[in-house]
Amino acid sequence: MRREPPRTIADYAPLVFPALMLIVFFVIPFSTMIAVSFFQRDQAGFYTPTFTLDNYERFLSAFFGGVLGFSIMLAVLVAVVCVAVAFPFTYLLARSSRRVQTVWLVAILSVLSLSEVIIGFAWSTLFSRTAGITNLLVAVGLMSEPQALLPGFGAVLTGMVYQALPYTILVLYPALVRLDPTLLEAARTLGASPARAFLNVVVPALRNTIVATLIMVFVFALGSYLLPQLLGRPQHWTLSVLITDQAIYQSNMPFAAAMAVFLVLMSLALVGLTLMIGGRREASA
Amino acid sequence: MKKLLEMGISRRGVLGAGLATAGVLAMPSILRAQDRSIKVGVYGGYFKDSFDKNIFPEFTKASGIAVESIAEPTGEAWLVQLQQAARANQAPADLSMMSQVAMLKGQSTELWTPLDTAKLKNADNLLDRFVNKYPDGRIAGIGAVAWYITLVTNTDAYPEAPDSWAAFWDPANADKLGLLALVSNSFLLEVTAKTFMGGTNALDTEEGLLEAFEKLAEVKPNVRLWYRDEAQFEQSLKSGEIPMGQYYHDVTGLAAADGHPVRSTFPKEGGILDSGCWALSKASQKAEEAHVFIDYMSQPEIQALMSRKVGTAPTIKRELLDLTDEEFDAVSSDIDPIIPRYDLYTTKADWLNQKWTELIVG
Repeated sequence: MRREPPRTIADYAPLVFPALMLIVFFVIPFSTMIAVSFFQRDQAGFYTPTFTLDNYERFLSAFFGGVLGFSIMLAVLVAVVCVAVAFPFTYLLARSSRRVQTVWLVAILSVLSLSEVIIGFAWSTLFSRTAGITNLLVAVGLMSEPQALLPGFGAVLTGMVYQALPYTILVLYPALVRLDPTLLEAARTLGASPARAFLNVVVPALRNTIVATLIMVFVFALGSYLLPQLLGRPQHWTLSVLITDQAIYQSNMPFAAAMAVFLVLMSLALVGLTLMIGGRREASA
Repeated sequence: MKKLLEMGISRRGVLGAGLATAGVLAMPSILRAQDRSIKVGVYGGYFKDSFDKNIFPEFTKASGIAVESIAEPTGEAWLVQLQQAARANQAPADLSMMSQVAMLKGQSTELWTPLDTAKLKNADNLLDRFVNKYPDGRIAGIGAVAWYITLVTNTDAYPEAPDSWAAFWDPANADKLGLLALVSNSFLLEVTAKTFMGGTNALDTEEGLLEAFEKLAEVKPNVRLWYRDEAQFEQSLKSGEIPMGQYYHDVTGLAAADGHPVRSTFPKEGGILDSGCWALSKASQKAEEAHVFIDYMSQPEIQALMSRKVGTAPTIKRELLDLTDEEFDAVSSDIDPIIPRYDLYTTKADWLNQKWTELIVG
């Protein structure tokens, strides 16, 4: 398929609809949020539309800095684990027969139909002392008595990786299927072991895909607020949890908006940084 | 999918069906043809379902006023909607069930039409604490429903029921408690004050509040779960995963009746008594009907009916009710309750929230 550059205004027409959607469902709500973040909170009522920096000032403290840092660290970790697990898996999947691929993809898609709530409750049962997987370990004699594996950081990480993994696989899949098999054949002919060929040929060839996937999972994980509550202790609550508390339970919209703006800015900065590093490496390569 | 498209349903047919469905959905629920009606906002879900089934039809039968019930969100979203609508002289609901904090916030903007007790012949039945007043004494709202939060335990893990909130502080209960996660819905500062500081008046000053926070910090190592979602704790309590905590008295009673090994205890310091008020929006044109409705709801028979069918604690004096001891104990208690300091959650909301979050997260 050959693409021609658009020449007339009419050629841009297909863009109108998506642009409109983007404005209505993203630009306008986001601008409203930014505006609200500068409003004055009224404890006895709601808020008054004046300009104040109080909300940002309140956020700039060691406490919220710590929570923000934890949220970002968690999201990065989820992204890295997801890609580390999903990439080899998808690679093997793309090499298997059509039938096997279909079965796996249907299974993965069906995981997507589970809501965050169901995933959270399912894992909290699996990790519980009374009905959890440790009971199986006791039954086969590996453990002396059942243990609760939650709440804790491991439980939060497991739940979030489980939730993000299907997306990761589905994003990686098209690129891995389209990967030219002759690249590998060449590597093998030149004497590389399968593992070496995978690490030295496949991974570098798909570097951009990997970076894009990392970013996607990172952004996805950053918004998670239910799983940290269900599977973690208060120390594992992300900034999104505190934003929800402020917005829904304290009706402190201005402060919630200010925190959300901070979160968006931080994630944009991190994404920008990642792309910049990637771009520089590409240039030097 | 391809087969479906080949089945001969035309595109136009699909569109037509879609439009027809949208039309049906958009049609307002049809009220019975009656001259008088009132829109009543109730917490969506369990409360609305129970009221629709047990209470509203009886009221319409008795008064000839049709009720259109509206599901309102809990939290303060509904207050905000009422406030903004009132500015445009609209009332999404004439009467609404409002939490105590929302009542106080509404008072600050004069959102509630003052009620006239002369029109409420059952007003004398009410317990004083269920009459919500403006600072100058006008009546802003009348108690609608009340419920208790009590000390709950798993009977397998605790054969003996604890008798005091002090059990939360017992080092023997390390990592065993499930408590509500927010300062404004757990009311644990009030519990601390009543249990260790001689009463909730101790929270009048900032020093008192800080002292309560300090005492409450000692509970932290005992807490396994800080929950926002009720189902999360209820499940763990039933299974014994988290064998002690604070929870709703009525729901725990229902679970026990279903055979789960749980019990709800009124500690000697009292259960936490939370409640909602009927409040009339200033934009409503239905003041007459609203008074008739509130009066109807404050009758002993209706209060008893609600205790039996909905599981709420009565808002009127016990001697007027025909509830048996067993029925009364299922929803309430004669032990002097802990009444939350709602005033703090409007005047010091942000300070309390910040201290609280730092306490449990930090």
